[in-house]
Amino acid sequence: MTLARPRRARSLRQRLLVQLLAIAALLSAVLYMTVRTVAGQAAEATQDGVLGSATVIIAEQLRGGPDGLRIDLPYEAFSVLGSISEDRVFYRIVAGGQTLTGYDDLPLPDDITPGVRPEFYTVGYRESEVRVAAMIRQMVASDGVMAVTVLVAQTRLGQEAIAARIANRAAALGVGFFALALLLSLVAAGSVLSPIERLAEAVARRGPHDLRAVDHPAPRELLPLIGALNGFIARLRAALVRTETFITEAAHHIRTPLATVRTHAEIALRQSEDPEVRNSLRGVIRAVEESSRSASQLLDHAVVVYRSDRLTVEPLDLAVLVTGVLRSVAPVASLKDVSIQMAPVAAPPTIMGDRPLLENAVRNLIDNAIKYSPEESEIDVSLTVERGEAVLRVMDRGRGLSGQTAAKLTQRFSRGSNVDDVVGSGLGLTIVDEVAKAHDGRLSLEDREGGGACATLSLPLL
Amino acid sequence: MRNAVVAVALMVWASMATALEIEEEAILPGQPGGETLAILSTTDTAYFRPVLEAFQRANPELTIRYVVAGSQDVYAAVTERKMAFDVAISSAMDLQMKLANDGLALPHEPGAALPLPDWAQWQDRVFSIAQEPVVLVLSRPALDGLRLPQTRRDLVDLLRDHPDRFQGRVGTYDPRQSGAGYLFATQEARQSDSFWRLAEVMGAVDPLLYSSSVDMLDDLESGRLTIAHNVLGSYAADRVGDDSDLVAVEYQDFTLTLLRTALIPDNAPNPEAAGVFIDFLLSAEGRRLIGAEAGLPPVNEAALMQNPHLRPIRLDPGLLVYLDKMKRRAFLEEWSAAMFQP
Repeated sequence: MTLARPRRARSLRQRLLVQLLAIAALLSAVLYMTVRTVAGQAAEATQDGVLGSATVIIAEQLRGGPDGLRIDLPYEAFSVLGSISEDRVFYRIVAGGQTLTGYDDLPLPDDITPGVRPEFYTVGYRESEVRVAAMIRQMVASDGVMAVTVLVAQTRLGQEAIAARIANRAAALGVGFFALALLLSLVAAGSVLSPIERLAEAVARRGPHDLRAVDHPAPRELLPLIGALNGFIARLRAALVRTETFITEAAHHIRTPLATVRTHAEIALRQSEDPEVRNSLRGVIRAVEESSRSASQLLDHAVVVYRSDRLTVEPLDLAVLVTGVLRSVAPVASLKDVSIQMAPVAAPPTIMGDRPLLENAVRNLIDNAIKYSPEESEIDVSLTVERGEAVLRVMDRGRGLSGQTAAKLTQRFSRGSNVDDVVGSGLGLTIVDEVAKAHDGRLSLEDREGGGACATLSLPLL
Repeated sequence: MRNAVVAVALMVWASMATALEIEEEAILPGQPGGETLAILSTTDTAYFRPVLEAFQRANPELTIRYVVAGSQDVYAAVTERKMAFDVAISSAMDLQMKLANDGLALPHEPGAALPLPDWAQWQDRVFSIAQEPVVLVLSRPALDGLRLPQTRRDLVDLLRDHPDRFQGRVGTYDPRQSGAGYLFATQEARQSDSFWRLAEVMGAVDPLLYSSSVDMLDDLESGRLTIAHNVLGSYAADRVGDDSDLVAVEYQDFTLTLLRTALIPDNAPNPEAAGVFIDFLLSAEGRRLIGAEAGLPPVNEAALMQNPHLRPIRLDPGLLVYLDKMKRRAFLEEWSAAMFQP
């Protein structure tokens, strides 16, 4: 079965980063424009304030009287204009349409109302742009009341310099803001996506038989996904359990009638004298035996599959366990005149394991050896400790692996190519392999020197 | 025909020459075919020649024409386009400031020159090359044991207590004639009311009025004057000392400190050479020469810090105020009223 590769959409991280950065870029631009505009306005307001004050102070120095209009220009009013920047300063005082003093070509405002506050305008003068503060005062002079206009003008080099400096700072601020946002976006994307990544890792790390529900902590947004996943897992597990139950039930229901058939066939064999009938009956008995054995191995396998998901582990002395199994198979071995020899165990290895599973595995291993051993041969069993593992070796003088790989032989319902004359279901080594894996151990098969096979079951020590 | 052209040319030259009242003119010829750097200055050639010669050694191709005129004439030469110069050096800060403010000075970015403090430079157009205290100079023998005045108030008391001794023997600038004199008088009046008391007391002893510090110092040496008020310190420094009869006093209430400034007029025929010259004046070597050879104290902020009575006249738009025609008329009227008592 090949898994369909999921179609790839744009990565969440990329999507998140692009959107965050677009927002940051927009905000940086807005920040730049705002700082520039506000600071530019502030600079202009400051300069206007100074220019306006100078105009007011000068206007206040106007004196009327019978000798005509006089003005005593205040030194400080001009001096203060130079305090902020080194801008050029112009002024003009016009009384009744005549320039009293100052620069007589400084442009007058188009329209201005008399008042106590100066009005501002920008105009070109002497090859530069100047900001003018204009103020009109009514004065009593020798020939009656006349309107006196006071103009004070200043170039805007200082303000432009300030504006340029602020623009640079604002640009630096915007770039800095964007850089910071970039950094924070990376951190934020990582932080937002880390629960998803952790969950994906946790799910990917699971073994092929792990059908437990996913209970990894997940953000609320992922809970429906996990719920759905757990639903799938539960249904899958239920389906598996149903299958194994069905196999168990089926095996059980098959074994009982088979035993009856066998008993009847054996009785008939004893009573029959006809060699042809006896031959047929022997064939029946063999077939029944084979079926019965298959059924019980199916049962064993179902038990192994079911239990390997939820092991009930306890400290076990493997030597005791193996001895027990050897005792239980002794009748089968003696039937075939096969003798089993167990080498003395130097140090009894203790492992953490599930007793019924391990008994099942060891029994299948030895059953297998008996099954393929010729009559009147020997099986050697040894139990040693090697490199932190308990190693059980079962060596027979059978027909060996005959070129088949261990991986092929441990597949379900797969049997060796040289075994057609031996009763077998092909499940024995599969059971051993699955038990070994459930205990983080392994099963290996190889040909034995001088003929036969050697099966090695390695299990980690406690 | 040819003679007529020559005649017209001579007439034009003559009219230009008469238009500008030249006090001195010196030409330092450079390599033939080289350009000419024309400098218009209020500083006497004798003071500035070592600086000019050092500059010419560094720039041998330049022919230097150094013209000395009064500060009003320096201003008028630029504003009225009487004659084109590449550099205008003047002790009348207000007139220099007005030239720059009215757009008649070219900007110049000083090259490797040492930076000036901000009160000694305006924009990139007016550069200070020397800072000079304005001092009181007295003739020691004529004082005949009287205490040396240290403040303007001391001087007022001295003149008031001994009017006969100082009758016709006090000299000062005529602000109507001299740009520098007008600047000193107006700045003094701005700083302190004692100026007017002093003017009245001086007016009572029939003062002599001058348009240059050198003339005042000459008359002090000849014995015609006993007291000269507001003499440029750099000129006075040459004439005073232990072996001299003259003594210079820096007023302890406040001593005006003038900045001698240079700018490039907007009609300069050779502004590049002018820029090179200004950079030379502002360089360490130029400042050393101005101080050691020309005897003009170079711009030095530390010296002002150590001598709190020195009050520099700042280069700022305030200087334009006393150039206002109404303000000038009013000031001179008041000054005349104090000075020429019936």
